[in-house]
Amino acid sequence: MSDAIIGGQDRIAKRFAKLKEEGRAGLVTFITAGDPDPETSFEILKQLPDAGADIIELGMPFTDPMADGPAIQEASIRALDAGMHMRKTLSIVRGFRDEDHETPIILMGYYNPIYIYGVAEFLEDARNAGVDGLIVVDLPPEEDPELCIPTVEKGLSFIRLTTPTSDDKRLPKLVQNTSGFVYYVSVAGVTGAGSASNEQITEAMGRLRRHTDLPIAVGFGIKTAEQAADVAKQADAAVVGSAIVSKIAESLDENGKATDKTASMVTGLVSELANGVRNARK
Amino acid sequence: MTSSAPNSFRALPDPDGHFGNFGGRFVAETLMPLILDLEQAYKDAKADPAFKKEMDYYLRHYVGRENPLYFAERLSNHLGGAKIYFKREDLNHTGAHKINNCIGQILLAKRMGKTRIIAETGAGQHGVATATVCARFGLPCTVYMGSKDIERQSPNVFRMKLLGAEVKPVVSGSNSLKDAMNEALRDWVTNVEDTFYIIGTAAGPHPYPELVRDFQSVIGNEAREQIMEAEGRLPDQVVAAVGGGSNAIGLFHPFLDDKGVEVVGVEAAGHGVHTGNHAASLSAGRPGVLHGNRTYLLMDDDGQIKEADSISAGLDYPGIGPEHSWLKDIGRARYEPITDKEALEAFKLCSELEGIIPALECSHAIAQIMKEAPKMGKDKIIVMCLSGRGDKDIFTVAEALGVEL
Repeated sequence: MSDAIIGGQDRIAKRFAKLKEEGRAGLVTFITAGDPDPETSFEILKQLPDAGADIIELGMPFTDPMADGPAIQEASIRALDAGMHMRKTLSIVRGFRDEDHETPIILMGYYNPIYIYGVAEFLEDARNAGVDGLIVVDLPPEEDPELCIPTVEKGLSFIRLTTPTSDDKRLPKLVQNTSGFVYYVSVAGVTGAGSASNEQITEAMGRLRRHTDLPIAVGFGIKTAEQAADVAKQADAAVVGSAIVSKIAESLDENGKATDKTASMVTGLVSELANGVRNARK
Repeated sequence: MTSSAPNSFRALPDPDGHFGNFGGRFVAETLMPLILDLEQAYKDAKADPAFKKEMDYYLRHYVGRENPLYFAERLSNHLGGAKIYFKREDLNHTGAHKINNCIGQILLAKRMGKTRIIAETGAGQHGVATATVCARFGLPCTVYMGSKDIERQSPNVFRMKLLGAEVKPVVSGSNSLKDAMNEALRDWVTNVEDTFYIIGTAAGPHPYPELVRDFQSVIGNEAREQIMEAEGRLPDQVVAAVGGGSNAIGLFHPFLDDKGVEVVGVEAAGHGVHTGNHAASLSAGRPGVLHGNRTYLLMDDDGQIKEADSISAGLDYPGIGPEHSWLKDIGRARYEPITDKEALEAFKLCSELEGIIPALECSHAIAQIMKEAPKMGKDKIIVMCLSGRGDKDIFTVAEALGVEL
C-alpha cells in the first residue's frame, strides 16, 4: 500500500497528535477546488502547507450552496464557470498527494454531486486520490446510511458539523458515526457571516467536550490572525474559509481571471493566520 | 421498485419523511433541531381539535371556502369530449390556492411562538399569500424573490409591499425560484431563534412535503364531495399543473386510493422538452438531492442543478415535490409536459369561452385537457384544479403575444 492510500483517519489522527506534541492548535484552510480556475487552484493548494495550513478543506463546487454566504457562493460559480467538475477535483487531490503525504485533505460540499457520481464509486476514487475525510453540509445524522456509514466503512472520516443549535440532547446523535475531528460552526448562519465571542466559544467547547474526545475545530466568521489566535487558545484547530476565498476574488483582474498575485495573496493571508494560530498559546 | 402495489397510496411519508426513495431531511445541521421541532408541533396540532377548528374558521371566513366546483360547459362543448369541471381555487382570497397552506403554517408558527416569518416566492402568489396572513396575524414578513421574477411579476411585488412585507430581491444563480429558496434557507439558518419558514410548495425537508400536502388537501376533499353531489360519482380523471406541486398534490391526494380515477400532473415544458429550456423535472430530470429532499431534478452529469425555464414564474423550478416523484415511479400518476405556447393558447381559450382568466400555471393543465378531453367520451368526467387567477400574468401574456399595453 502506497502512502497515497493510507486510510484517511490515520492522516488526520497523526496530524492532531503532532499538533498536540507541539502544544498548539492547527490551522484549517478552505479553498474551493477550481477557483478561480483549475490550474491556479492546484497551484494554491500545493503552496498551502508551506504557508502554514495544517489541514486543508477543499470545496467541491455546487450550483446551490445554500449554507454558504456570498464569498463561497461566488467561489463555486467561478470554479464551475472555469469548467470544474468532480473528477477534476479528485485529480487535483491526486496531484497534491503525489508530493504531500502528510497534510490531511477534507472534501467539503453538498450531497448531490456525490450522489450523482455514485456513492461507492466516489468513495473508491476519493480514497485512491488521497482524500482523508468528507464534510457534507446537507447530510445530518438522520441520513447517515446515505454516505456517512459507507464513508467510515471505507476508512475515511466523516466529519460532522455541530452548531449553536446542537444541544446536549442533540450532540450524542451528532458525534455518533463521526471521526477525524468535530467541526464546530460557531455561529448560526452562513459561511463568512459574523463571528462568535470568546465566551460563546468557551461555553460551546465545554458542551462538546462532554460528548466527544475527538479534536474540535472551530470555524465561521474568522477573518484575521487575531481572531484565529483567539479561537486557537481554546480549540484544537481554527478553520478559515471565506476570508481566504475573498483574497482570491480580490486578486483577480477585471475579467475575473487569475493574476500573478493570486497565489501570493492567498499564501500571504494564510501565513498571517498561521502565525496567529501558532503563537496563540505562547 | 416493488412489483406489488401498496395497500394505500395515502399512507406516506414514513416516520423519516420518505415517500419510497424520495423525500428525507437533507438540511444543514443548524436547521435540524428546528425541523424536528416543527415535526413535533405539527403532530401535536393534528391531534388537537382546537387547531382544526381554528383552521376551518379561517378557511371559511377569511379565505372564502368552500369554493365552487364549476362545470366548464362551453369549454367542454368546444372540445367535444369529457365533461370538464374546474375547482375554483382562483376564487380564494388572494386569488390562488397558496393561501390554504399559508393559513395552516402561520397557525403553526403562532403555536410555536415564532415571531418572524420568511418565505420564498416564484410567481409571487405564495409571497402574496404569506404577506397576507402575516398582515392578518400581525407578524413581520420577509419574502425572497428572484430578481427575474420581480421583473415579470411586478403587480404581485407591489401587492406584497402593500401588505407590509419586505421583498428581498435575489440575484444569485438563475435569479428565480430555486435561488429564492436558497436565500430563504440562508436567512433561516441565520435566524434560528425566532423565525418560521413558510415553504410554499409540497417540497423541502420533512415534514414540509407532508404538512403542505395536508393543508392543500382541502382542495381534493371538497372537490370529491362536490363531484359526488354534481354527478353522483367520482371523476375519471383529475388534472393539475405541477411546479413544486402543491395544488396538484392537494387535489390528487384524496383521490389516490380511488382506483378508477386517473391522476395526471402537467409539467412546464417551456420551449419544449427537447430544447433543454424547460422546467419538466419529471419528464426530463432524474433523482437527486436539493433543498432538503430527494426528488426528480434537472441537472447535468456532474450533479450541478440546471436552470429551469417556463413562461410561468410559478412553474419555473428545476425540482418537484417528493411525493410526485414517488407517484410517478410507482405509476399511480402520470406527468405530461406542456409548452409555453400551448399554455398561452389555453390561457386565451379559457378566457374567451368561460370568462375566466386563468393563471399561466393552471393554463398548462387546461392545455393538457385540450389534448385529452376530445378523445374521451361525453360520459367521462375530468376535474381540474384552476389553481389561480391570471390577472398577475396579463403583462407576461401581452408581451408573449406581442401586444403593447
